Amino acid sequence: MSSHGRPLSPHLQIYRPQLTSLLSVTHRGTGVVNTIGTVLLAYWLIALARGPESYAEAQAFFDFWLVKLALFGWTFSVFYHLCNGIRHLFWDAGLGYDIPTLYKSGYLVLAMACVLTVLTWLLV
Amino acid sequence: MSLRTPLARAKGLGSAHEGVGHWWVQRVTAVALVPLVLWMVWSLIGLIGADYAAVRDWMRHPINGGLLVVLLLILFHHAALGLQVVIEDYLHAEGVKLFVMAVAKFAMYLLAAICVFSVLLVALGG
Repeated sequence: MSSHGRPLSPHLQIYRPQLTSLLSVTHRGTGVVNTIGTVLLAYWLIALARGPESYAEAQAFFDFWLVKLALFGWTFSVFYHLCNGIRHLFWDAGLGYDIPTLYKSGYLVLAMACVLTVLTWLLV
Repeated sequence: MSLRTPLARAKGLGSAHEGVGHWWVQRVTAVALVPLVLWMVWSLIGLIGADYAAVRDWMRHPINGGLLVVLLLILFHHAALGLQVVIEDYLHAEGVKLFVMAVAKFAMYLLAAICVFSVLLVALGG
């Protein structure tokens, strides 16, 4: 890449963040966070496969408050990516591109992700 | 009049010579993951606090085991495709990009294999 010296767009230093751009970059961020979180899923399955003792150890691990906090964050990340992913699928179908709808669907995604996360942890 | 050759048009691969395969598979796996992830979260809520035998019995049910294996395969494939786009967009040094891409893809398919093998061990174990 010989892009040095050429102007880049968008100019991140002077770019005013807005809901649309923030939700967009959060979709990528949560995708990466979800992927990192699958290591916990793998640990859970490995512990289960290795038998009752290691499963008991895993249960103690998942009961630790810091791990629970991470799981809470992961739950939100998963639900956000799921809800905003559905928003993306509507765009792929050519729907919802006008600015008022973009903002409405954006706020709806944020609200749904919060509601689903809290609901999940209330049911636990 | 288009300047593209009839062969290029018929192949439909575009300027990057890759076509829409990656884009399309990412969407198909996304659609599949919506019900699968909701099912998994719902199942995990029911399994929290359950002892080893209860979780094992749940996983031994053919429908649970089958859905779990399908979820894992699609999930890690979707993750591999997503990581690929992020790496392509933000890593521009060719050597670094190739290396990180290989590590990321290998990690995804290794995790998929470990997870599926663990499910099978539980489901088929004595």
